Amino acid sequence: MSSGTDKDVEAKDTGEEKTTGTKPESMSKDEAKKFYEEKGLDLSPDVPVKPKPIPEFEKSLADKISSKFGDKAHVDYVRSDRIRVTAKREDIVSVAKFIRDELKYDHAESVSGVDYPDSKEIEVIYHLGSYTDEKLGRQIFALATRVPREDVPNPGSDMSRTPSLRDIFYSVEFHERECFEMFGVYFEGHPDMRRLLLPEDWADIPPFRKDFKIKGR
Amino acid sequence: MTTQLPPGMHIETVDEKIMTLNVGPQHPGSGHMRLIIKVDGDYIVSCDPDPGYVHRGEEKMAEYRNYIQNIPHLERPVIHDSSNILYPYCLSVEELLGIEVPERAKYIRVIAAELNRCIYILYWLAIYGIFMGHSTMFMWPAGDRELFIDLLEAMSGARVTHAYLVPGGVRNDLPSNFEERCLRQVEYFEKRLKEYEAVFYQNPLLKARTEGSGILSRTDAIRLGTTGSVLRASGVDFDVRKKEPYDVYENLDFQSIVMKEGDSYARSRVPYLEMFESCRIIKDALRKMPKSGSVRTKLKPNPKGGNDEVYRRIESGRGAIGYYIVSNNRPEPYRVKISVGSFRNLICMPYLLKGEKLGNMPAVYWGLNYWPVEADR
Amino acid sequence: MLKELVSPENSPHATNVLVGKLGDILVRAVGKPFDYAINWGRIYSLWPVHLETACCSVEFGAASSPRYDVERFGIIEAFGSLRQCDLIVVMGTITRKMAPRLRMVYDQMPDPKYVIAMGACAITGGLYFDSYNVLPGIDGVLPVDVYVPGCPPRPETLIQGCMLLQEKIKRTKAK
Repeated sequence: MSSGTDKDVEAKDTGEEKTTGTKPESMSKDEAKKFYEEKGLDLSPDVPVKPKPIPEFEKSLADKISSKFGDKAHVDYVRSDRIRVTAKREDIVSVAKFIRDELKYDHAESVSGVDYPDSKEIEVIYHLGSYTDEKLGRQIFALATRVPREDVPNPGSDMSRTPSLRDIFYSVEFHERECFEMFGVYFEGHPDMRRLLLPEDWADIPPFRKDFKIKGR
Repeated sequence: MTTQLPPGMHIETVDEKIMTLNVGPQHPGSGHMRLIIKVDGDYIVSCDPDPGYVHRGEEKMAEYRNYIQNIPHLERPVIHDSSNILYPYCLSVEELLGIEVPERAKYIRVIAAELNRCIYILYWLAIYGIFMGHSTMFMWPAGDRELFIDLLEAMSGARVTHAYLVPGGVRNDLPSNFEERCLRQVEYFEKRLKEYEAVFYQNPLLKARTEGSGILSRTDAIRLGTTGSVLRASGVDFDVRKKEPYDVYENLDFQSIVMKEGDSYARSRVPYLEMFESCRIIKDALRKMPKSGSVRTKLKPNPKGGNDEVYRRIESGRGAIGYYIVSNNRPEPYRVKISVGSFRNLICMPYLLKGEKLGNMPAVYWGLNYWPVEADR
Repeated sequence: MLKELVSPENSPHATNVLVGKLGDILVRAVGKPFDYAINWGRIYSLWPVHLETACCSVEFGAASSPRYDVERFGIIEAFGSLRQCDLIVVMGTITRKMAPRLRMVYDQMPDPKYVIAMGACAITGGLYFDSYNVLPGIDGVLPVDVYVPGCPPRPETLIQGCMLLQEKIKRTKAK
């Protein structure tokens, strides 16, 4: 589950903050525990935190990235079979080229977007895998980048754009088209940036954005 | 002039020699999708797939339901392979919530998934047969399919939409006497499968139509990121059950099927041979399964995922299915992305159809193991 | 109870049903012989359009499989050209992209034509009631003759729906 990464530590921290926020300051820890037990509140977290050792093979791959790119590519986490790296959108093409040529990942499994309206950003995540390298069969490499988000989207004409990875990983072609229509992120350099799944007369904002509310909810 | 149009739009140039055909959404040779095909005489010049006729916004709906409420609508994309499409969802939620699954439940899940894989492949084979003009090959698999549906109906209570796999195990234990019944039907089915070989796969008409058409080379299969039977028919030995074994697949005895030809015939044959392996897995799992014990770890009501993300994948009848789930301390997932085999294989449709005869279109199309409802989600 | 129903001498009820049915046929055959003959010709050769719209098509396929064999009741497998069809089975969810195409297909069919709405999605939107791309039922697009509930309906339910449609055709006025 958690392997002592930044994200997990954050999650733990925020959880504690919430509980301490409501606790009267004069109480000690045991008193507070009693106070909550009397009220019938369960304080145990839903997700049991079990630290796991960081696997070596994945760590060596992540180290290659960080030694080559330094600050440009930030390693978010290293878990068993999963690595996640965030790069700025100016650097994503060079990072992706390195991943393909040096680390031998050869295809993209999916391209997902995640909308973060609070920080005014849309995250685009490429999940990369390998068919040719025997050792990488289990591995999934998540390469993420952040794109600025506009409150009033105008897909294709606003600043939500990022370079396309289609020349590097050919298999992202349809995935990027889907991401374009669902989030309004324009992929520069993609030869065929058209609508894929939505109806031809779709005139609303891209539906997977968080400010697009579905009916009755 | 093109500069004034919105990005992605262009004006089509008209060539009198080239004719544009709309194959679908109402066409006996295509499913719930459209192929815009341009033909020069009898030969296909270009093909532009237009999916999205069954786009129902599953991923958006999943953001408004909690982890348990999401089960029924997430299995609807492939109702005849519903155990396999729920499998990665259950694995992801278990990883996200830190749930341990009982040993017996793991085996029952594998049995349900393999039975469902047979149901899916038999349905696909029936449709493949009838689009190749082979009515016997519609009747035989469609009839044999009902045997496995009966087994899963006994397990779960529903004919096709089982919702049998849940985060934490399976919904209920096996009915009494299930092992014997399952073994008997699987053994009967193995004998029956051998007859398909003579009646369909050795048929000279089928061979003439499919051998050598729509060839996908090994390098192209890797470059295009295809998956499942399409990939294995092109000579790449990649099966998620072997490469990244989930649950108890590493204890079970089977092998992945690989063919080198990469043509339509190989693509139609790989799923058929996989059914033999499924039968082997079921028999092996029935033997190794613990005879008693718990089958489900109960979840807390309305469980919350941490501030975390997870990507898990499995091998289904159409290729790898991956779930990418982002959670943010809420009972509902923040974002669910389903990466499905059908959508990933869609990209090679323009490649395979270019230069083919129009009459070969159904063979190539159904050889891709493409299920539009799943691809559109 | 069952025995009483089966043997007519024990129960006047079964005889009444039989007499009623025969009388019904007689009244229609004698009273409106042309209507009766034309409808009789229609009900046992219904050709459905081959238009799959969503996942219920799996169960539609299963209905023509050897175990259920819908052809026994005069519903022929979904095959052939649109111009010779007189029945459209709407198999499941209709999305906003599919709806104009569905209407286009319906408009191209010759009269008389019948519509069966199969599955919860085609009736009310079903499980996808809050999806942004799904129509809440096909009533706004097509005039529906028979609703077949279920998610998906079992093949038996579909067969019963088809038989209900035949019953309905029997009683309509032939044009």
